[in-house]
Amino acid sequence: MEINSTKNIIKVAIGVCVVCAVLVSTASVVLKPVQKKNKKLEKLKNILYVADLLDKDKNIEKIFKEKIQPAIIELKTGKELSKKNYTKILNPDCFDIKKLPYNPKLSVKIARKKDIAGIKRKSKYMIVYFVKQEGKIKKIILPVYGLGLWSTMYGLLALDDDLKTVSAFTFYEHGETPGLGGEVDNPRWRKLWKGKIVFDKNWELKIEIIKGKVDVTKNDAKYKIDGLSGATITTRGINDLVRFWLGESGYGTFLKKLREGGVAG
Amino acid sequence: MLVKLKKTLLDPIFNNNPITLQVLGICSALAVTSKLETAIVMSIAVIFVVSFSNLSVSLIRNYIPTSIRIIIEMTIIASFVIVADQIIRAFLFEISKQLSVYVGLIITNCIILGRAEAFALKNPPLQSFIDGIGNGLGYTLILIVLAFFRELFGAGKLLGFTILPINTEGGWFVPNGLLLLPPSAFFLIGFIIWIIRTIKKDQVEED
Amino acid sequence: MLEQYLSLFIKSIFIENMALAFFLGMCTFLAVSRKVETAVGLGIAVIIVQTITVPINNLIYINILKEGALTWAGLPDMDLTFLGLITYIGVIAAIVQILEMTLDKHFPKLYNALGIFLPLITVNCAILGGSLFMVERDYDFSQSLVYGLGSGIGWALAIIGLAGIRERMKYSNVPEGLRGLGITFIITGLMAIAFMLFSGIQL
Repeated sequence: MEINSTKNIIKVAIGVCVVCAVLVSTASVVLKPVQKKNKKLEKLKNILYVADLLDKDKNIEKIFKEKIQPAIIELKTGKELSKKNYTKILNPDCFDIKKLPYNPKLSVKIARKKDIAGIKRKSKYMIVYFVKQEGKIKKIILPVYGLGLWSTMYGLLALDDDLKTVSAFTFYEHGETPGLGGEVDNPRWRKLWKGKIVFDKNWELKIEIIKGKVDVTKNDAKYKIDGLSGATITTRGINDLVRFWLGESGYGTFLKKLREGGVAG
Repeated sequence: MLVKLKKTLLDPIFNNNPITLQVLGICSALAVTSKLETAIVMSIAVIFVVSFSNLSVSLIRNYIPTSIRIIIEMTIIASFVIVADQIIRAFLFEISKQLSVYVGLIITNCIILGRAEAFALKNPPLQSFIDGIGNGLGYTLILIVLAFFRELFGAGKLLGFTILPINTEGGWFVPNGLLLLPPSAFFLIGFIIWIIRTIKKDQVEED
Repeated sequence: MLEQYLSLFIKSIFIENMALAFFLGMCTFLAVSRKVETAVGLGIAVIIVQTITVPINNLIYINILKEGALTWAGLPDMDLTFLGLITYIGVIAAIVQILEMTLDKHFPKLYNALGIFLPLITVNCAILGGSLFMVERDYDFSQSLVYGLGSGIGWALAIIGLAGIRERMKYSNVPEGLRGLGITFIITGLMAIAFMLFSGIQL
């Protein structure tokens, strides 16, 4: 048969398409559950890590279910969204920090002056995680993000139950310069955060990342954290995003409500 | 027969390397080589795609109409790339995040289309398969050399294990941050080409 | 609103330059940069193809492939994102082919100038990369239009710059083993470092 006849062209094209379609679809269908599980586990793992609950021998999903209670809060009022108001997008399982700011109904533009974290838009709602022990709230984990030098950095900030002492801080996603800004991953630097105080006794926001080393002999050392050497813009970015999210544009109202007692509503 | 196969396998690794001589498939060579681990995964994915697409193209080479040749090859390649991408996402989740779009870009890695066009269309399946592996290995060689130098001297590590304890973690080695930045890969490839061409004078270009 | 597009435009040309920040389209970048004239031709071809394909792929992604995009067809749980790669490359190959035929028929002069570069573009990773980045960053239609144009211009700018430098290189005495490809790699590395300076700009 003539190879270049129209009939043959169509036959070969269809044949190749069918074979390739079967191959691709099979791979996708077979592997999809594993991929979805990976994605979910990754999220839970980050939260457990910052809550200091990660245990190699135990099932991640099980620990999460037992110890962690997610809640969706409205940033403006600081109120928790009650379970019956959960929607397809606004529920702890599907809450997507990255996509919500682009949802026209569920997000607002941030005024340029207030937008110190450089994120332009924010979701009206955010998800937070309470770490519970024997029925009491021990820690609260707040997702934070903002612009670094190259990329948007996504992190989790855990506060103790006094709502002002940092229990842990990590970034789980960033694209900063390896070796310089990328040192936000460095366990030594992350450890510096533990025990630092974010609010003073009048609940003024005090936390600050400074250039160089913190002078530990001074009184205000507990409010200050060493900057990353050689990474001025990344450091400034982290400083700004922490201050943004703990301030009134971020979790400020919610934290205020929480310490005055009661967020449910 | 065996001698010929051996030549098909080894030639693209040293004498006719796809990256340093044929200038093919460079994009990914730069982006994924700051760590040895990602470089190895990327190389395996490329070997997989290039060998199997060569095999498939060669199997149906006598039936492919010339007018739709390229698009047929692209479809076959794209299918294998998607399979590789899905497998990496499922079983090597951590690495798949670092490779981001670059796995998908294997489709446009010219090594693969280049081999399908230049070799698989004219040669029987076994030889094409071996040629694919050979070219994949040639690509691997350069990627691994690059990643080895970049990770060792840029971060003091190999495959994530500390080899040279760096100063910010209490060691003595001051890492060369430039090596972790993508442009350093250009310099390294430039130097590798220089070394190869100093040894093999016949590869020198007339300018 | 306009401000947002302007900043995306500038960002895609300089800060996130396809060639020098993401290293996409390197094969053609290094191979077809001997002369400024050819570099300009290829650059223009890339701008045109990029500006057309990114928005078209955006439409396909948003209306067909995205998770939940098929709700209008009564299939709200369908997720076809795994077909992304093959669709984008198909669209690119088809657009390039159509463009080639249209130019040949209606603008023979332009076809003679650009024609030989068009087939090269199908396997130019900057084009596929543009579509993939568009998906990863969730651009809407107008954003992807701006992004396509900007990233195309950025790539063209880079290759014309490199060609200009290489033309000048003829007058210098390059060590034997470095001649041609070797020195081109090193120049590109230096250009990339220069472009990294843009990254500090916040828009």
